[in-house]
Amino acid sequence: MPGQTLFDKIWERHVIADLGDDYALLHISRHLMHDGGGRGLRAIKDAGLKVRNPDLTFATFDHIISTEPGRTHDTLRPYAQRLYHMRDEARRWGIKLFDLGQPGQGIIHVVGPEQGITLPGTLLVCGDSHTCTHGGMGAIAFGIGATEVIHVLATQSLVQRKPKRMRVNFEGRRPAGVTPKDMILHLIGVVGAAGGTGYAVEYAGSAMRDMEVEGRLTVCNLSIELGAKIGMVAPDERTFRFLEGRPFTPTGAMWDQAVADWRALASDRDAAFDRAVTIDVGKIAPQITWGTSPEHVIAVTERIPDPAASGDPDKQKAMQMALDYMGLKAGMPIQEARIDWVFIGSCTNSRLSDLRAAAEIAKGRKVAGHVRAWVVPGSENIKRQAEAEGIDRVFREAGFEWREPGCSMCLAVNGDTIGPGQRSVSTSNRNFVGRQGPGGRTHLASPAMAAAAAIAGHIADVRAL
Amino acid sequence: MKPFTVLDATAAPLMRQNIDTDIVIPIHRLRDVAQVDLGPYAFEPLRYLPDRSDNPAFPLNQPAYKGAEIIVADNNFACGSSREGAVWAIMGMGVRCVIAPSFGPIFFNNCFQNGVLPIQLPREQVLAIAGELEAATRPGSNSEPRLTVDLEERTVSLPSGRKISFQVDGIRREALLKGLDEVALTLTREPEIAAHQAKARATTPWLYQTT
Repeated sequence: MPGQTLFDKIWERHVIADLGDDYALLHISRHLMHDGGGRGLRAIKDAGLKVRNPDLTFATFDHIISTEPGRTHDTLRPYAQRLYHMRDEARRWGIKLFDLGQPGQGIIHVVGPEQGITLPGTLLVCGDSHTCTHGGMGAIAFGIGATEVIHVLATQSLVQRKPKRMRVNFEGRRPAGVTPKDMILHLIGVVGAAGGTGYAVEYAGSAMRDMEVEGRLTVCNLSIELGAKIGMVAPDERTFRFLEGRPFTPTGAMWDQAVADWRALASDRDAAFDRAVTIDVGKIAPQITWGTSPEHVIAVTERIPDPAASGDPDKQKAMQMALDYMGLKAGMPIQEARIDWVFIGSCTNSRLSDLRAAAEIAKGRKVAGHVRAWVVPGSENIKRQAEAEGIDRVFREAGFEWREPGCSMCLAVNGDTIGPGQRSVSTSNRNFVGRQGPGGRTHLASPAMAAAAAIAGHIADVRAL
Repeated sequence: MKPFTVLDATAAPLMRQNIDTDIVIPIHRLRDVAQVDLGPYAFEPLRYLPDRSDNPAFPLNQPAYKGAEIIVADNNFACGSSREGAVWAIMGMGVRCVIAPSFGPIFFNNCFQNGVLPIQLPREQVLAIAGELEAATRPGSNSEPRLTVDLEERTVSLPSGRKISFQVDGIRREALLKGLDEVALTLTREPEIAAHQAKARATTPWLYQTT
């Protein structure tokens, strides 16, 4: 019998009951909630149900809050009641809620690892598709729908089908200017936006082992853009160093016991995967998307692809519609695209290492006159630490706006939007039609590439700056 | 949940790849519109022209496909977000079944929670179904763009009379056929959940030191 994968080991320890057909009733060891999912707690109340494990549930506000400097619960008046309702319900059940202005508030997928809530070996869910981010800590983590949220609140369990297993080996060393974001965008370009559908993906190889935890969270964040609900990285010494001493991490003898358990989670040498892909990281250049699916991605040095060159007529049609929406022409060097907006933030790229990388580019330079550029830190803690380091000043002096933590312009459901026809370079994860506001055009890139575009006023190669 | 047994209905081909959840239901609608009123906003970016009149290029606006209860789509339908509103919105248009080569994984699960049947078929078969539906709408055709989806039999019957078999996981099929509520079912397993958690508290105690 072949050995077990990281995924198998964590899955197995959460099975409450085998339901046949590869289905299982799974125990949920961590449930995270955000303000976009307030319906769950209301439905529990309306149905006369109980929250089974408030001690394993954590909540914060991120989706529908303003990120305007000086914001309060009431800045976006129509939604203030939802925040108050969620706060009341959380208090009533004893769910830990990180409120505005408190350490621990921020984008839920930034907060989980930051607070030590997301631990290796956990099975973590949240009513948000980018929950796959937490897999970077060595957890099984995936997004669920509103009815599944109610199921988890009421039973601390979930009925799921076991996915197939896929391994992506990122081998080699990242060239200068190439970040974890470029690696995952490149992978999506290679295997397509449905390349991971039906799989739990483990990211492995020397480039993952050499990567710090924050980069792993970025890689795992875009798993859902690959079609995979789950992306994960085996926990190692970098993971343990990252976690030690955080507010909800175990301490003392319990810490030693936990680390010993976590060391055994890595996939066995002879573990079998249903699919394997190897990427030579040394050949990747900084990436930028040109269309309306994350698979519409090229190196920043390339020209926009010609739909006619694609053999598949359906693909051709999709590419042409994407070009029309984006207001771009086949064959044009992508660096000629003039931009209106830059957004640095989101659960993909709003952590301290991301802000430092962007600030390094911004330092001593100026944002182009026609560009509006925002930096939205991922959490209250990141904001405070960045301010202590003077990063906010670097950005402000360069002409960037420094805002309060939240999801902001990644999904544009909180007053933060770009206008119709406007073009943005964004460090977020989706370039879908209208994602940053109806009619808005989004190009996905790394924080350093976004900063470079802000300064150049058009899409630019960060290595040439 | 409304049971799903046999559905004999108009079917509309929406043959575009990677139709994401932001197209199925834009997030600001999900924020501002009640769950039961989302129907008019389903596929909003494709469905309307800038003056908000119906876009004639959108298949579900065409007279031949009016009132479609089945959508036939291309690869990776409803990829992206976890928003269950994507299912509520298509239900609001009257849709009870989607046939595609692949689906966004969270949307796929969300369908079953709402009595909507997602059918995954090889792409050649999906293209064949879409082809027959389009042919049925051409002048002189003597068939209608209708499909019969039989969940008991696990077959889709095409306008030509051709029958295609599909797979659906047993547990999901039974829940749809009987209209079962998963939360109520799991609540009856409370003793197993409690036993599992007691064991987990003993073997991985650090996961429970949360206060």
